[in-house]
Amino acid sequence: MGMRKVAIVGAGMTKFMRRAHETGKELSWQAAKIALDSCELTLDDIGCVVMGTAPDAFDNIHMKGDYLGDGAGAWRKPYIRGFVGGGTGVFVADQAWYHVASGLFDTCLVVAEEKMSSAMPHPQGNFITCWDMFTESPLGPSLLWFFAWEMNRYMHAHGITEREIAMVSVKNKKNAMDHPAAQLPAEITVEDVLNSEVMAWPVKRLDVSPTSDGAVALVYAAEHVAKRITDKPVWIEGVGWCLDTIYVGQRDLYYPKYVEYAARQAYDMAGIKEPSKEIDIAEPYDPFDYKELHNAEGLLLCGKGEAPKLLADGVTQRTGRQPWCPSGGALGVGNAIAATGLMKVAELFWQLRGEAGKRQVPGRPKKGVAQAWGDEMQVGSVIVLGV
Amino acid sequence: MSEKIKELPGTPLSEKDIIEKKVLFTEWHPEFMWAWDTGIGYGRYFAELKKGRIIGTRCNKCRRVLLPARYFCEWCFRPVDEWVYLEDTGTVNTFSIAYTDWLARRIKEPRIPALIEIDGSGGVGIMHVLDEVDPKEVKIGMRVKAVWEPEEEREGAITDIKYWKPLKEV
Ligand SMILES: [Zn+2]
Repeated sequence: MGMRKVAIVGAGMTKFMRRAHETGKELSWQAAKIALDSCELTLDDIGCVVMGTAPDAFDNIHMKGDYLGDGAGAWRKPYIRGFVGGGTGVFVADQAWYHVASGLFDTCLVVAEEKMSSAMPHPQGNFITCWDMFTESPLGPSLLWFFAWEMNRYMHAHGITEREIAMVSVKNKKNAMDHPAAQLPAEITVEDVLNSEVMAWPVKRLDVSPTSDGAVALVYAAEHVAKRITDKPVWIEGVGWCLDTIYVGQRDLYYPKYVEYAARQAYDMAGIKEPSKEIDIAEPYDPFDYKELHNAEGLLLCGKGEAPKLLADGVTQRTGRQPWCPSGGALGVGNAIAATGLMKVAELFWQLRGEAGKRQVPGRPKKGVAQAWGDEMQVGSVIVLGV
Repeated sequence: MSEKIKELPGTPLSEKDIIEKKVLFTEWHPEFMWAWDTGIGYGRYFAELKKGRIIGTRCNKCRRVLLPARYFCEWCFRPVDEWVYLEDTGTVNTFSIAYTDWLARRIKEPRIPALIEIDGSGGVGIMHVLDEVDPKEVKIGMRVKAVWEPEEEREGAITDIKYWKPLKEV
């Protein structure tokens, strides 16, 4: 379609943590600086900047994208903030792609930041502003209601048990033990998850990812520039994103159709016909353990209701045929909303270059898909990378 | 990455650092106020709730009932065709048993938020809460009926329905 090839050539990130001493701007700078250093570029080499940061409600900073701009290297550069809630991290990765693919810019610095901890006493309270102010927030909802409804509906539709789902949390927290940025790496058992405090049944404490502060940055370059920068470019082969209706009672929560649409857009572009066979590594968004399974089904990595079987058979372990969340995901590395989505793209970058260290997936993976989800739980954003 | 970068930046603080004010921070406790206009679709929806009735709108092109009532159909991108009264009974599509409130504080008596498919809507749901039921008894597919606030206390809000309780069908 007349687009240029675009590669990721550098990546960087901060630690993820419950509360960072650094401001959001400082975290953004830390991640951006490492990303630029990693490919030996300076800000002068960057044509434009794309910034991802999710709900303003966490910081109560109006036009947070503008506030964070300096930290993302946007000084006197074309700059845009992308924002689709929890879907932001992968959405900005898509958005940065079309800045370069279109021919407008040869390079792009994409930065995703989240500082949830400013919200007191707990960031959860600030999600009240996500609901419809007429028909929903007067009922005093917590976002956990929504996830509990979806998890319940998903289990009901396919006869899936809490025990089968808990295995995701066990796997991802264990994977995170090899991630230097991880906030909640742990060796836990399925029993630990099942016996953890019930927050909103069927959601229990260990089904849930933590709230986090952190930032991630990537450097994109057009093909002719990428070839001068690195011998190991990782190509962006497909992008897709999709929004469903905000009216929750109008969709059946057992399946994320909008993720499927986003995935089909990305796979079509990448020429992928059978994602279940052609994808070597996946980083589906896992703010909750059931979400990894739910999103993986939306990503067409298996049929509807089949994800728990792949998990049980070890297929999605780091050493399995198709590892899911080898990074440790939101459950293990942490859920600094927008930053976590981009962390997943960074993980594919490191994995496909063979630079993931102790997390390295064996067998020289060549194709990966990352995905984020959120907003009013009706957003899917997808990216396919390849070498 | 793990090989090239030895130490990632970022300085974690603990809850103690904040509570004991070991680090500097700036607090703000603003009080703002908004008054949101209900608009055309929700305006009638709430006016009917005040009368103890649930109303939706219908789009004759896609033949859907839109609920909560709306002014235009987002699928067909055209005005809706008519108002339709619905029943104040329905079926539980999915539910949760919540032991935390909206501020993530623990609550002793759990609340039972649910999506309820409203009778007459063709399966379209609204979110609300269940009560007068043992949480252990709640099932997907359970039939429920609205419990309304007394007429003089209704104010044209979603909370004019106090909650939904199991429906004993004759
Ligand atoms: Zn219509």
